[in-house]
Amino acid sequence: MTEPAIQVTDLVRDYPRPRTSLLRASPPVHALRGVSLEVQEGERFGIVGESGCGKSTLLRIIAALDRATSGQVVVEGTDITRLPERRLRFLRENLQLVFQDPMSSLDPRMRVRDIIAEPLVVQGHPASGERVRELLDAVGLSADAGDRYPHQFSGGQRQRISIARALAPRPRILIADEPVSALDVSVRAQVLNLISDLVDELNLTLIFVSHDLSVVKHVCSRVAVMNAGQIVETGPTADVYAAPTHPYTRRLVSAIPTLQRALSGATTTDLVKGVLST
Amino acid sequence: MNDEGGSVSRGAESALGVPASDPAGRLDGPAVRRTAGRRLNPSLVVGGIIVLVIVLTALVSFVWTPYDATLVDPAVRLAKPSWSHWFGTDKFGRDLLSQIMVGSRTTLFVGLVAVGVAAVIGVPLGILAAMTRRWSSELIMRANDLLLAFPALLLAIMFGAVFGASTLTAMVAIGIATVPSFARVIRSGALQVMRTEYVLAARAAGRRPFPIALRHVLPNVTSLITVQASVSFAIAVLAEAALSFLGYGTPPPTPSWGRMLQESQEFLFSAPRLAVFPGVAIAIAVLGFNLLGDGLRDRFDPKLEDRR
Repeated sequence: MTEPAIQVTDLVRDYPRPRTSLLRASPPVHALRGVSLEVQEGERFGIVGESGCGKSTLLRIIAALDRATSGQVVVEGTDITRLPERRLRFLRENLQLVFQDPMSSLDPRMRVRDIIAEPLVVQGHPASGERVRELLDAVGLSADAGDRYPHQFSGGQRQRISIARALAPRPRILIADEPVSALDVSVRAQVLNLISDLVDELNLTLIFVSHDLSVVKHVCSRVAVMNAGQIVETGPTADVYAAPTHPYTRRLVSAIPTLQRALSGATTTDLVKGVLST
Repeated sequence: MNDEGGSVSRGAESALGVPASDPAGRLDGPAVRRTAGRRLNPSLVVGGIIVLVIVLTALVSFVWTPYDATLVDPAVRLAKPSWSHWFGTDKFGRDLLSQIMVGSRTTLFVGLVAVGVAAVIGVPLGILAAMTRRWSSELIMRANDLLLAFPALLLAIMFGAVFGASTLTAMVAIGIATVPSFARVIRSGALQVMRTEYVLAARAAGRRPFPIALRHVLPNVTSLITVQASVSFAIAVLAEAALSFLGYGTPPPTPSWGRMLQESQEFLFSAPRLAVFPGVAIAIAVLGFNLLGDGLRDRFDPKLEDRR
């Protein structure tokens, strides 16, 4: 068996809290308390959990945008946890991110073509207009979109631009941090399918984070459930959904609205009750 | 305005939500464009017009003034306003209107250099404070507070005493005294930019801090710089007038509104117009730059940012 694309071992991240007392230091916030996971090459790995459970922190540490307090992250055989920025070039070329908020993830002062070309320029590739057009085409935008500014696009279109930027340096690993949670339901499926298709086509390893289980189910083959800075359950998506073992997972799964429940007359209130009782 | 925003985004979604009209699944339909131009707010218009008038006056004074502003004519000492001297003359028989016109040059020049000095020092400091580690950022901001505690006029008088009273020392002193307010405003703006996901994306692409400051932070705080420059300009105009009034600013014979006020003191009761005209000029200039600053601030309001 080949080595995993990403291997996270016992990752801990504490954030200091501002002091409120002169005498005692405030207790730190434990964002991650010992997270371990393995993502195989070419796998579509989902991470679900409610907001504030440490999903984004985990992603940022894997992408070396934040530093772990302790623990280890190995990407494609290289331990990145203690590497200085100048030695992270391979990571910057091979691992890219798509962010949650389509409003804040594109610089409003840059043209779309410069946004997409940014990783290429930074990494010293010749930023050819052709590559940008190719990327725009890949995400289903017209070539003249490159001349416009982000504010001229809708949320879904902006997310496509974000995806194009992430794919520009031809990464092998794509991390998507709640890429559709800020989008309207009508656009959501299109963007999800786009990500799904591109991952297949380009043979990418995907880490897909969401608080929405149905979305993860749609995209991922394996899933980890996170709660309060820890991974409480990992397994093939179908198994986790069919037979959740951890109580937290059971609560999450039972909260998924289904057609059956809706037809039998369940209201939102019933769903909430169900969540509370399990 | 809310309705307008809502309908614009709704329009875009429905355009995206109709795959039938777009069998290839391509979404190159018309994107959301900024449709209607935003309404101009009154402060911006009035402030802009006042500032424009002052700038035009200063420009015109280079090629034409009714009289030579420094021409002494004892025959018409303390003349009342008339068709030959619209604003009257001062105790040396110099034409008041010409002096005010030429004085606007001093005012603008001082404001420009002072704001320039403040921006050139304050903006990089603010960005640096926002982007560096906690201790160095604290150091910058506390030094900033220290400077802020110094009254601008005191600093300018000190400078005047050490380097000699001149327009240049006044400008530099006012500029340095304005650095803290620039640094503060820019720091808070830069902190906001640093929290955005496009900065994260740039870092994930491998951009280093300095290029991020130049490519992402600076362009996104320009609106703050413009607003702050405009407001600081008003303060600089007032400070220059005060300094010239105290004798630490523009030395004679170069006309300056502040010095005109000072020279009018002895005639305050016999010829109050000598104080009124430059006084009103100062008030209008300060008002104009403040209004412009306010108007620009409203225009760049972050709540409207999304719709830009």
